[in-house]
Amino acid sequence: MSVMAPTTGHESEAAETHEQRAFGFWLYLMGDAVIFALLFATYVIMVNNTAGGPAGKALFSLPNAAIETALLLVSSTTFGFASLCSKTGNRGGVLAWLLLTFVLGAGFVFLEIREFVGMIAQGAGPDRSGFLSAFFTLVGTHGVHVSMGLVWILIMSGQVMLKGLSVPVTSRLFRLGLFWHFLDIAWVGIFSIVYLPGLL
Amino acid sequence: MFGRLTIEALPLYSAIAAGGAAVTIGGALLVAIAITWLGAWRYLWTEWFTSVDHKRIGVMYIVLALIMLLRGFVDAIMMRAQQAMALNSGGYLPPEHFDQIFSSHGTIMIFFMAMPFMTGLINIVVPLQIGTRDVAFPFLNSLSLWLTAAGAGLVMVSLVIGKFSTAGWTGYPPYSGVEANPGVGVDYWIWAILISGVGSTLSGINFIVTILKRRAPGMILMRMTPFTWTALCASVLMAFAFPALTVACGLLALDRTFGMHFFTNAHGGNMMNYPNLFWIWGHPEVYILILPAFGVFSEVVATFSKKRLFGYESLVYATAAIAILSFTVWLHHFFTMGSSPNVNAFFGITTMIIAVPTGVKVFNWLLTMYRGRIDFHPSMMWTIGFMVTFVIGGMTGVLLAIPSADFLMHNTTFLVAHFHNMIIPGVLFGYLAGYMYWFPKAFGFALDRKWGLASFWCWMIGFYLAFMPLYILGFKGMPRRMEQYNDPSWQPYLMVAAVGAFVVLLGIACMVMQLYVSIRNARKTIDVSGDPFDGRTLEWATSSPPPAYNFAVLPEIRDREPFLDMKERGTAYQRPAAYQDIHMPKNSMVGVAMGAFAFAFGFAVIWHIWWLVAACGLAMWVAMIMRSSDDDSEFTISAAEVKQIEDARYRALASQAGSRS
Amino acid sequence: MTQAVDKLLRPVMGLGAALFASACDLRHSAVLDPKGPIALAERDLLFDAFCVMMVVIVPIIILTLVFAWRYRASNTGATYTPKWAESGRLDAFVWLVPALIVVAVAVLVWRSTHKLDPYREIASATPPLDVQVVAQDWKWLFIYPDQGIAVVNQLAFPSGRPVSLRITSDTVMNSFYVPQLAGQIYAMAGMQTRLQLLADQPGKFVGRNSMYSGGGFSDQHFEVTAMTQPEFDAWVAKAKQAPARLDAATYAALATKSRLNPITFYSAVEPKLFDSIIAKYTHAHHAPAAGTPAGAAPRR
Repeated sequence: MSVMAPTTGHESEAAETHEQRAFGFWLYLMGDAVIFALLFATYVIMVNNTAGGPAGKALFSLPNAAIETALLLVSSTTFGFASLCSKTGNRGGVLAWLLLTFVLGAGFVFLEIREFVGMIAQGAGPDRSGFLSAFFTLVGTHGVHVSMGLVWILIMSGQVMLKGLSVPVTSRLFRLGLFWHFLDIAWVGIFSIVYLPGLL
Repeated sequence: MFGRLTIEALPLYSAIAAGGAAVTIGGALLVAIAITWLGAWRYLWTEWFTSVDHKRIGVMYIVLALIMLLRGFVDAIMMRAQQAMALNSGGYLPPEHFDQIFSSHGTIMIFFMAMPFMTGLINIVVPLQIGTRDVAFPFLNSLSLWLTAAGAGLVMVSLVIGKFSTAGWTGYPPYSGVEANPGVGVDYWIWAILISGVGSTLSGINFIVTILKRRAPGMILMRMTPFTWTALCASVLMAFAFPALTVACGLLALDRTFGMHFFTNAHGGNMMNYPNLFWIWGHPEVYILILPAFGVFSEVVATFSKKRLFGYESLVYATAAIAILSFTVWLHHFFTMGSSPNVNAFFGITTMIIAVPTGVKVFNWLLTMYRGRIDFHPSMMWTIGFMVTFVIGGMTGVLLAIPSADFLMHNTTFLVAHFHNMIIPGVLFGYLAGYMYWFPKAFGFALDRKWGLASFWCWMIGFYLAFMPLYILGFKGMPRRMEQYNDPSWQPYLMVAAVGAFVVLLGIACMVMQLYVSIRNARKTIDVSGDPFDGRTLEWATSSPPPAYNFAVLPEIRDREPFLDMKERGTAYQRPAAYQDIHMPKNSMVGVAMGAFAFAFGFAVIWHIWWLVAACGLAMWVAMIMRSSDDDSEFTISAAEVKQIEDARYRALASQAGSRS
Repeated sequence: MTQAVDKLLRPVMGLGAALFASACDLRHSAVLDPKGPIALAERDLLFDAFCVMMVVIVPIIILTLVFAWRYRASNTGATYTPKWAESGRLDAFVWLVPALIVVAVAVLVWRSTHKLDPYREIASATPPLDVQVVAQDWKWLFIYPDQGIAVVNQLAFPSGRPVSLRITSDTVMNSFYVPQLAGQIYAMAGMQTRLQLLADQPGKFVGRNSMYSGGGFSDQHFEVTAMTQPEFDAWVAKAKQAPARLDAATYAALATKSRLNPITFYSAVEPKLFDSIIAKYTHAHHAPAAGTPAGAAPRR
């Protein structure tokens, strides 16, 4: 909503709206970062609370985690290309790179769900021990965020197709980019704090 | 089909519980009937419920707060009555009913009285004070309101269907876990808080962007009003502290609903993590509540001492210091959990440190009164009452901040007296002062002074009668949250405290009378100038109530007290050369819809009605997606329309000036 | 005129009498009338901080009322300086004085917190009496490992000899609280917290749970008795005559929800019962080494 002094014209109103929305979205992301930070802290406190059940070493798979990391990191790159296309007004390019990002992200989510299902089948579900509750919640929260991001990518693809690269649409793409890259950083944290120490 | 909801959820097991349900349903029905009889549904829907205007949303927040003040206060009277009677007896309440009451009292007063009251005041006043047309995200503003209402709704519904939590407003596990409390009570508490917490987080973000990005030209940060400064700092706290509450209650919900082991006794749970998470939110929360109250006092003391606020820069730095330091003290809420002396001492010292900027503020208000010309408007009385009473609470806080002394006083009624000694004179008096100060701005007619003063005196006297005995009882070793007791020497003090509660009830009755009398006399007290108190800040430059767009032309700011500055230069009420079209956000029903879905979602999770959980979750997603894809959410007020509205105002001003000469 | 004074005098005198009576009552209240050195030291902290804070608070309250009266609008004789709003010197004073007070109190905090650490055993010629405490719904179990007895709802010990408590819970979080002898500390399942007590003289004191734990919480008080050494020996001897023995089955029966349990003695206790209660929650698979109970809380 732009309600500035009308003498500046509609265009700068739109620019101001975009700036305010981007700033607001940053603030939301920082709040999300607080949530992740506290989930990380909870995980670290509870990492040894295995209650006689399995610990990370028995459950985590380094190859799986490595592939997930690769998928997510590459998807950030592909999104970056989508952003570049958005800047140059290349509608087809945006759609193509968004599609690629979606496929990579979906692959990540698929692998993660498979990992979770496997652990639960082994009797290592989130209700087994404090450690596993913390693991499933931290990694699962991230996974839910990524899934929401996938839905958002689909919606944005629809908007790009229907409305083209209008100012509101590119403004939303910008925020989706912030979201997607933020999740990538959170994953680097997960890989470093959960999987690597669990396996080494 | 209905999860674990059965007919047994109705409160037919006790007369008092049934009575509570009857009053709730009866009250809601009465209101619905009244609105129908007045034919006001359409009006309410189009002008209020779907409004995204910050002034309307602010009023609705305060209406919610005042209703919940009544409910939370009924809880208080019931508790005081029970404790006055329950020496070696069960009192008049059925077993464990008292425990639900103390839990709902705290939950309601903090989340559904104080938070909405504050958010309402900030909503009405801050955009006017910084010279902008609305907040940065008007739709999110509406959404925040309705999410808060949804949370309040869940607490109220627990009076009729099921029971409320008995785990206090803090909900510590393992008592609040599913093993000790498998019923719905704790779940009601969790979801009321989680849902309204999202609303608060969004409000925090909204206000930060508004204040940092939408000020009128010339309003540099150090020219903002003190209330806006405190609103900014409180909003920063809201945006970054509420995520901690989401985590604390979220993990507890996972324990309860999916059998996880974050806080359970066995299976690797760590119950000590919960108080840490909860209070990382909880301490900033009390500063979220008090900082805007301090902001109100700053404005009121300057206006009603007819004097410039003393030490503005000091006050700003003090506010910012308090906000930052509020994240460094949380462990003082559980010194007795067995941390090492280094840890306890560290947090005791940080708690001491935060007392310094607060003390600075009190001195600045005192020095504003010095050599002023004081008008004892009710808002000024609330301020003076605050200054005298709040410092006692501050002192007891310093006592409690010494870990080894806290070992003696923690979880006694001394603690209860301390925090009420901060919240009532601090937070509540501040919001009541703001309410009585800005009411004429919001509605265009006056609030009756006499009834306002009467209310103030009842609250002051009632507060002392109700809480000083609790300090003494704390020294006598009486723990908090006791539904009965065996020490006869406690009873006299509890009886005095009960009398105090009834005096406060009189104070609330005076507030109701004040509203009734004021509305009845409204036509005689219409405020044409928009400036009934010779105000100094920008909100008083607009008409009362302001037009939808607030300012036809955004003003240029040259001073910290912009309106006083304009009046002194002779540029106040100047007619602009020309008007322009103004773009305003359209009303939206999506906020109301999301609130309704959130309420149903919470209810469904509580009662394990999983299909309804999925349906509401999906509905909220769809609504959100549709809303955020909407590119057509503005409408235009044409320059001609603006001119019409403004011309009418100038005519009214002229006729009032004419009738005076 | 005298009638009016009379009418005013009565309630004022009544108020004065009430205040006087409660002041006397206050003098003997648990926290302000400690019976042991720990509680005494903690109370003295309250006094010291109170006095320091009075230095700040009393002037503020008086000045507020004086200014409100003197500068009321109808007092046109008072000076009026509507634009005076800055003063570097006053600013400095207003920041410095509270800061200095805080520094002084901070030193007090640092020192006292270390000195009165509840995990630190009281220095004494006599070795402390070890007692293990288990919070249950809604009563307290006291196990005397060296004497081989256990008691419900009574904590007895010789006056003048320090008592070293190890505390846990077999239910939700509780808080062990004897205001006349020491501060409180939380009791948590799967963990052990520590508290030290010392009574100067024989006497009877009240102990409570100060953390709400459910329906029987209000009734969860227990008797604390400091006795002379011969009295204590006799008390132990009486306990050793009790027919009941605290084995696993009896313990399980005891741990079920009940309130207002009478003082009950057990003449024998299952070995390492306290440790096993903690181990129940921590899944320790082997018996813990002597002196190192399983699942210690933040510190030993």
